[in-house]
Amino acid sequence: MSLDNTVLHIADVHKSFGGLHALSDIDLSVKEGTTHAIIGPNGAGKSTLLNVCIGRLIPDRGAVIFDGEELTGKSPHEINQAGVARVFQTPEIFTELNVLDNVIVPILSKRDGSYRFNPMKSLKQRRGAYDEAMHLIEDVGLNPKDMSGSLSRGDKRRLELAMCLSQHPRLLLLDEPTAGMSRHDTNSTIDLLKKIKERGMTKVVIEHDMHVVFSLADRISVLAEGRIIADGTPEEVKNSAVVQEAYLGG
Amino acid sequence: MDAIFLQILNGLDKGGAYALIALGLTLAFGTLGIVNFAHGALFMLGAFCAVSIQALLTLSKKVKDESITFFDAYKEQPYLEIWWGDIGTTIIDYAVPISILAAIPLMLLIGLSMERGLIRFFYKRTHAEQILVTFGLAIVIQELIKANFGANPIPTPAPDIVSGSAKIGSALGLSDAIVYPWWRLIYLSFSVVVLAAVFAFLQFTTFGMVVRAGMHDRDMVNLMGIDVERKFTIVFGLAAVVAGLAGVMYAPILPPDYHIGMDFLVLSFVVVVVGGMGSLGGAVAAGFLLGILQSFASMNEVKSIFPGIDQIIIYLVAVIILLVRPRGLMGRKGVMED
Amino acid sequence: MLPKKITDSELSIVLIFSAVVLTMPIWLAPIGAGYPDLLQKFAIFGLFAIGYNILFGMTGYLSFGHAAFLGVGSYAAVWSFKLLTMNVLPAVVFGVLFSGLFAFLIGYVSLRRSGIYFSILTLAFAQMSYNLAYSVLTPITNGETGLQLTNHDPRIIDTMLLDQAPEGLPSTVLFGVKMSGYPGFYFCALILILGFFIALRISRSPFGLVLKGIKSNQTRMKFTGFNTRPYMITAFVISGMYAGLAGSLMAVTDPLAGAERMQWTASGEVVLMTILGGVGTLIGPVLGAGLIKYFENIFSAFNDKALHELFAFLPDGLENFVVTVVSPFVGEGWHLTLGVLFMIIIIFLPGGIIQGMEKINNRFFKRSSSAKSGSNES
Repeated sequence: MSLDNTVLHIADVHKSFGGLHALSDIDLSVKEGTTHAIIGPNGAGKSTLLNVCIGRLIPDRGAVIFDGEELTGKSPHEINQAGVARVFQTPEIFTELNVLDNVIVPILSKRDGSYRFNPMKSLKQRRGAYDEAMHLIEDVGLNPKDMSGSLSRGDKRRLELAMCLSQHPRLLLLDEPTAGMSRHDTNSTIDLLKKIKERGMTKVVIEHDMHVVFSLADRISVLAEGRIIADGTPEEVKNSAVVQEAYLGG
Repeated sequence: MDAIFLQILNGLDKGGAYALIALGLTLAFGTLGIVNFAHGALFMLGAFCAVSIQALLTLSKKVKDESITFFDAYKEQPYLEIWWGDIGTTIIDYAVPISILAAIPLMLLIGLSMERGLIRFFYKRTHAEQILVTFGLAIVIQELIKANFGANPIPTPAPDIVSGSAKIGSALGLSDAIVYPWWRLIYLSFSVVVLAAVFAFLQFTTFGMVVRAGMHDRDMVNLMGIDVERKFTIVFGLAAVVAGLAGVMYAPILPPDYHIGMDFLVLSFVVVVVGGMGSLGGAVAAGFLLGILQSFASMNEVKSIFPGIDQIIIYLVAVIILLVRPRGLMGRKGVMED
Repeated sequence: MLPKKITDSELSIVLIFSAVVLTMPIWLAPIGAGYPDLLQKFAIFGLFAIGYNILFGMTGYLSFGHAAFLGVGSYAAVWSFKLLTMNVLPAVVFGVLFSGLFAFLIGYVSLRRSGIYFSILTLAFAQMSYNLAYSVLTPITNGETGLQLTNHDPRIIDTMLLDQAPEGLPSTVLFGVKMSGYPGFYFCALILILGFFIALRISRSPFGLVLKGIKSNQTRMKFTGFNTRPYMITAFVISGMYAGLAGSLMAVTDPLAGAERMQWTASGEVVLMTILGGVGTLIGPVLGAGLIKYFENIFSAFNDKALHELFAFLPDGLENFVVTVVSPFVGEGWHLTLGVLFMIIIIFLPGGIIQGMEKINNRFFKRSSSAKSGSNES
C-alpha cells in the first residue's frame, strides 16, 4: 500500500466508556477515491468510530489522520473545514428552513470559512451559490421551495446528502444512509451514491444492508466488539471464515 | 478567627434560603423538565402568607384609649386581645410559627394548581416558551402582591421569646463577641431539617425511588407501568411547599416586599448553575457556599479593598465556574454542558 | 402578483416602512396617539424590539438582560451631554459604542452556554448591573436620583464654541434644532428607519442565514464547518447596540437616565413586544412595541374616577363591581395587565400577531386563489 493515496488513516485508536471497550486497536486506511464500507453487528462500535472521525468523541489513544493532518482534538467545524462531511443516521437538517436555504448554508461555509461577518451583503447577489444549490437539489430530486421539516424521511436523507455534497468534501462519511428506506428509495440512493463515486469523492459508509454494501463498496472492514476482524475486498470478506462465524455463528 | 466564624454563621441562614429555593428549582427541572421562573414567586407567596396571617390575627377594632385622660383618644386594639386578653396577645406574637401551619396546605394547593392549571400544558412546548409563560406568571403574582400589600416592605417580627441573640461564642468557648440572632439560628436549623427531610423522602421511600428513577430515565419508568406524571405533579407541589416554607420563615429576617421573589429567584438560579443543573446535592452545597461567600464579601474589611464586591460576588463566582467548569460543581458529566 | 414583487424588493419595503413611520403623526391622531411624546416612544421601543429580534428571532437565544444595554446607552448619552456637548450625534454614537462593549463582555460569558442557561445568565447579569447602578456605581449613575443635567456641567465642546454660557439648563440639539417635540420624533423616526433597513439587510444576508441555521440546528452548523460562537457573539453585540441606541434616544428626547430602566421587568417588556408582534418577523417587533406603548399610555391614564365614568351606564351595584375588578389592571397596575397579556400571548398565540394575521390571510387568500384558478380553467 502506498501512503501517498491514503486519504484517511485511523491509527491505533482506542475508546472506552467506563469499563466498556467501544473501540480497541483500530487501524484503518482509506484510499483516495474509494468507497470503504464498515459493517458489523449492532454495538460493534461503528458509530463510535465515525464520531471519533468527526470530532464528536475524542479517542483515549491513537490518532485520526486526514490527508496528512491530525484531526484528533480538533473541533467539529475545523474538521469539516478540512474537508470531511458527514451524513447522520437521523438526518440533521434545518427543519425551519426551506430546501434551497438548507443547501445554501453549507455552500456558504465552504466559501466563507468558519466565520465571516457580512451582514450587509445580500444573499441574492450570490448567484453562484444559488445556481449551485439549485443544480444539486435537482440532482437529488427535491423541490427547492419545500419546507424541509415537512419532507418524508427518505427525502430528508437525500437533502442531507445534497447538503454534504454541496461542500465538495474530500471525504464523505455516511452513517446508514438507507436505514428505514423503502426498497425503491434505497435503490435510488445507491444510484446517487454511485454517481458521487464517479466524481472521485472518497466515502466511508456504515451500513446494515448487505445489498447496499456490496453494490457500493470497494473495500470492506468488518467490526465486531470494537475490533476489526476482517478487512479486504467484498469478495475476500464474503468468503472470510472469521466473518461468517461472527455473523452466522455468533 | 472569630470574625471568620461569625461571617460563616451569618452566611448560613441566607445560604439556607438559597438552598431551599434551588432545591425546588432543581426538583422541578429534573422531574418535569420545567424551568420555573415563577419559583421565586412561590417563595414570596410564602413570606406574604406570614404577612397575611399576621394581618388577620391583628384585625383590630377602634377602642377608647384609657391611658389618655385629657381628651377622647382612640387606638386600635386587635380583636384577639379584646376577646382573650393575654392569650390573644401571645397568639399574635406567634404569628409567624402559626403561618407555617397555614402555609403547608396553602402552598401545596398553589403548587398543585399551578402545575395542573398551567405548567402541564407546556411539557411538550419549547424551553423558551416554558420560561416565558412562567416569567409572565411571576410578573402577575408580583403585581398582585404589590396591588394588595403596597410597595413597601412589611415588618413581620418573630415571637418575642426568640427576638434576642444566642451567645454562641461563649457557648463554644470562643469570644463572647460572637452572638447570633435566635431567629436566624432557628432558620438555619429549620432549613437543614427540611432539606434532610426532602432527601430522606427521596432516598428512603418507594415514592422517592420512583421519582429519582423517573428523573434519570422517564420513559423507562413509564414503561414499567408507573404513572410518573402524577408523581411528578406531587413533586412540584412539594417543591412549592419547600419554597413557601422558606419564605414564611424568612419574613422575620427580611421584611417581605413585592420584589423579594425575583431577587431570590435570580440568585437561586445562579446557585443552580454553580451547583450543577440536575444535581440536588450540588444545589444545596452551592446554596450554602454562596451564602457564606456573600456574607464574607459584605465585611467592611473586604469592601474597603473591593468596593461593591458584596453586590457581585455571587455572579463573579458563577462566571468563574462557567469558564472553568461548565457543568457546575457537582453536575454530572455531559449533562447540559453545552 | 404585484404584492409579491413589492415585498421582495428591499427598496420598496423600506420606502413603505418610511412612509408609514413618518406619517404616524397624521394617521395616529384619530386614535389619540398623534402627539410627539408617545410617537417618540413608538420609535424608540420599536428600535429596541427590532434589535432584540435580531438575537431572539434569528438565533432563538432568549435573553432576559437587554434592559441593561438600554440603561448603559442612556447613561453614556447623558454623560456625553454633560461632558462634551448637547449635540445628540455624539451622544448616540457613545450610547451605541458603550452598550456594544458591555454586550460583548456579557455575551462572551453568557454564550458559553445555550438554552435555559443562557436565559438565566443574562437575567443574572442584568440584575447585577441593576444592583451595581444603585450602589457602587453611584458616582457614574447617581443612584436612585438618576443621572441628570446640571448647570455646572463642563460641556467642553459647547463652551469652546460658545462665548457665553446659556441661561438655565440647555436642551438637546441637532445642529441648532431642539430635539424635543416633533423634531425629536422625526430624529428618532429616521434612526428607526435606518435600524429597520439594517435589520432587513441582516436577515437577507449570508450572515443572517447562518444565524437562522444556528436557531434551527446548531449541531448541524458545527458539522457543516461553522464556528457558531463568534456568530452568536456578533449577533448578541449587534442586538445590544440596538438596545443602547434606543437607550441613547431616550436620553435625547429627555436627558436623564435612571437605573430602573435596567430592571428585569424592562427586559421582560421587550421580550413581550417582540413576541406579541411576531418573533422572527421584521415588522412584528415594531408593531408589538407600538401596541404595548399605546395601551400602556391608555391604561396608565385611568384611575378609579375615570373608570366610574366609563362604566356609568351600568346599574350602580354592577358598576362598582366592574370597577373593582378592573381597577387593579389600570393606572399603577399596568404591569399586571402586561403580565396577564404576556401569559395569554404565550399560551394562545406564541407566533404573535403577524402569524395570526397570516393564518387568517392564508385561509382567505387560498380560497380566493383557488377560485381564481378555477375560473382560469373554465
